[in-house]
Amino acid sequence: MNASTGALRRLLAPLAAALLLTAACSTSSRDSTVVRFWAMGREGEVVAQLLPEFERAHPGVRVDVQQLPWTAAHEKLLTAFAGDSTPDVCQLGNTWIPEFVAIRAIQELDTHIAASPVIQPGDYFAGIWDTNRIDEKLYGIPWYVDTRLLFYRRDLLAQSGFSAPPASWTEWTQALSAVKEHVGPDRYSILLPLNEFEPLLALALQQDEPLLRDGDRWGNFESAGFRRALSFYLAMFRHGWAPPLTNAAISNVWDEFGRGYFSFYISGPWSIGEFKRRLPSKEQAAWMTAPLPGPHGPGASIAGGSSLVVFRASRNAAAAWQLVEYLSRPDVQRRFYELTGDLPPRRAAWADGALAADDYARAFRDQLERAKPAPKVPEWERIATEIRNVGERAVHGELSVDEAAKELDARADRILEKRRWLLARGDKH
Amino acid sequence: MRSRRAAWWFVAPAILVIAVFFFLPVLAGFAMGLTDFDIYALSDLTNLRFVGLRNYLRLLETPLFWQAFGNTLYFVVVGVPLSIAASLGAALLLNSPLARFKSLFRTALFAPVVTTLVAVAVIWRYLFNTRYGFLNYALGQIGIAPIDWLGDPHWAMPAIILFAAWKNFGYNMIIFLAGLQAIPVELYEAARIDGASRWRQLRFVTLPMLSPVMMLVSILTIAGYFQLFAEPYVMTQGGPLQSTVSVLYFMYEEGFKWWNLGSASAVAFLLFLVIFAVTALQLRHAPRLGAA
Repeated sequence: MNASTGALRRLLAPLAAALLLTAACSTSSRDSTVVRFWAMGREGEVVAQLLPEFERAHPGVRVDVQQLPWTAAHEKLLTAFAGDSTPDVCQLGNTWIPEFVAIRAIQELDTHIAASPVIQPGDYFAGIWDTNRIDEKLYGIPWYVDTRLLFYRRDLLAQSGFSAPPASWTEWTQALSAVKEHVGPDRYSILLPLNEFEPLLALALQQDEPLLRDGDRWGNFESAGFRRALSFYLAMFRHGWAPPLTNAAISNVWDEFGRGYFSFYISGPWSIGEFKRRLPSKEQAAWMTAPLPGPHGPGASIAGGSSLVVFRASRNAAAAWQLVEYLSRPDVQRRFYELTGDLPPRRAAWADGALAADDYARAFRDQLERAKPAPKVPEWERIATEIRNVGERAVHGELSVDEAAKELDARADRILEKRRWLLARGDKH
Repeated sequence: MRSRRAAWWFVAPAILVIAVFFFLPVLAGFAMGLTDFDIYALSDLTNLRFVGLRNYLRLLETPLFWQAFGNTLYFVVVGVPLSIAASLGAALLLNSPLARFKSLFRTALFAPVVTTLVAVAVIWRYLFNTRYGFLNYALGQIGIAPIDWLGDPHWAMPAIILFAAWKNFGYNMIIFLAGLQAIPVELYEAARIDGASRWRQLRFVTLPMLSPVMMLVSILTIAGYFQLFAEPYVMTQGGPLQSTVSVLYFMYEEGFKWWNLGSASAVAFLLFLVIFAVTALQLRHAPRLGAA
């Protein structure tokens, strides 16, 4: 009995202390504006280091950073919206923006931007900027960018007879085939993890046809463009250049890249940091990055990343906007890059500093000029998951290219049913 | 009359709690299953449509739902007997008068039940690894080619079953152990005097005496196994080729990933009906089983 009350007291003591502390905080902050800022994952961990300077420059404004894990972020934001407890500013994956616009959770920023001395739309990579624009209105300011391109093994490529990375699909095909011949039956030319939709999506975005049609009401996967991308993707498996594996089956992608289990890998900026950290120094010269090859020369890739958004329900919208402006300054973005390895969305931030000198980042700078947004509908993430599912079935030989395209259209049309209903109802009004 | 009213007052708190925390949520869930509640409706209730039973009809047309249902049935049909057999075997071994260090083994065999699923799943993923995993190493020693446990659609579910059986058998083992210890020693004495072999003692004394416990264990295990979720969520995320998507995993994705709460509620209700039907069937056959 005694022991348990002791345990209870031990549990309660910190709780009481925390209550006292929050009470103290709320009294001390009564005279200052508190901007509630939610950030995810690694960004949430380090962004606090950038904030003292902001608070010094804006006396009377305090930023309260709340860190969310990526896996729970989407659910938490929607729950916060349902419960009227959204933050002032939030980091939002740019594929989520259409959804938060649809539920009218976030503010339009056009008037702020027009008046801003800091944020110059022309300085941002166009494809990235475009992901934040819904129906000609802007809802988010890109914070960092993320696109997919080729990581490759220079040495293995050289041994297979190629001194430069491929720039077009034709050259890529030759390189894939030559590398496979060189490495033999137990190793592969390229890794396209089956649990990711991004490689196939990047190839599909290189085509001229959009992925959805008629104002994003219907799937457009039976178009010649998507079928061309899918055929190219599937051919890499049919020829044995890519292993039909998920990331879960490869316990450590970095080690396997170091061992030469595959020579090409389509991945994003975080892999630069991982490869630098995890591969031994003697192997560092052996790998490099290259823009994603397109059907006829360097091609487009996905415009991903996160934006900063201001919620409609924010009571401190002015201070919240000041925070967005501060985090968008090129010098702050350079520091943010040094802390996280996240690539800045502004050309000015790339102009000097550690980033300009980084050989591995150079291909990203080039690729970002050709980044293309995925369709901007709230349902997109679900459709992208179906691209992955159907793509995986096609890789396993269960569907042909035409069957897979037809199946994808059917699934996309079903997912978009409510959107069509809403749009039709909106037209009547 | 007064005593009847008094009785109602006595049960009222319990009824109230059950009504608020069971019947009300079930009814609300059923009602939500009749609408197309999604993120659009979350922002504006005029975007909510009453769809009647269309969610159910659409589910019955969705191949992935049927696949999830088939996967779950596979898991139940193979996993439950395997898990109960392992529990019973372990309990019989522990109950044997020959067994040494009983409490040590009892603790060790029960340990998986109380470990954190996520932590042991990480370890099992290493055991299942195609190229470096212990399981394939052991199979290699007896000349069996490596199996891509979590990457091959045919092997992913067996791998999940193996993992789940290992994780859960300790719980039923403890229940069986209690049941075994409650069997009077005299019965075994009488059987021995009649010249019954060990096997016949097991067949005609132990198992019939255990049948009420067996009934309880199988009902609990079947109901639990139908609700397969955490194992595929941690180990495979439903893949490869959606071969480990269970009904509950499907519901989770519908509801919390895609925010289609209407259709997720319909899934939950269908699963409830299935578990209810299976349990009712078991209970109907229970007396016969007890009489055997």
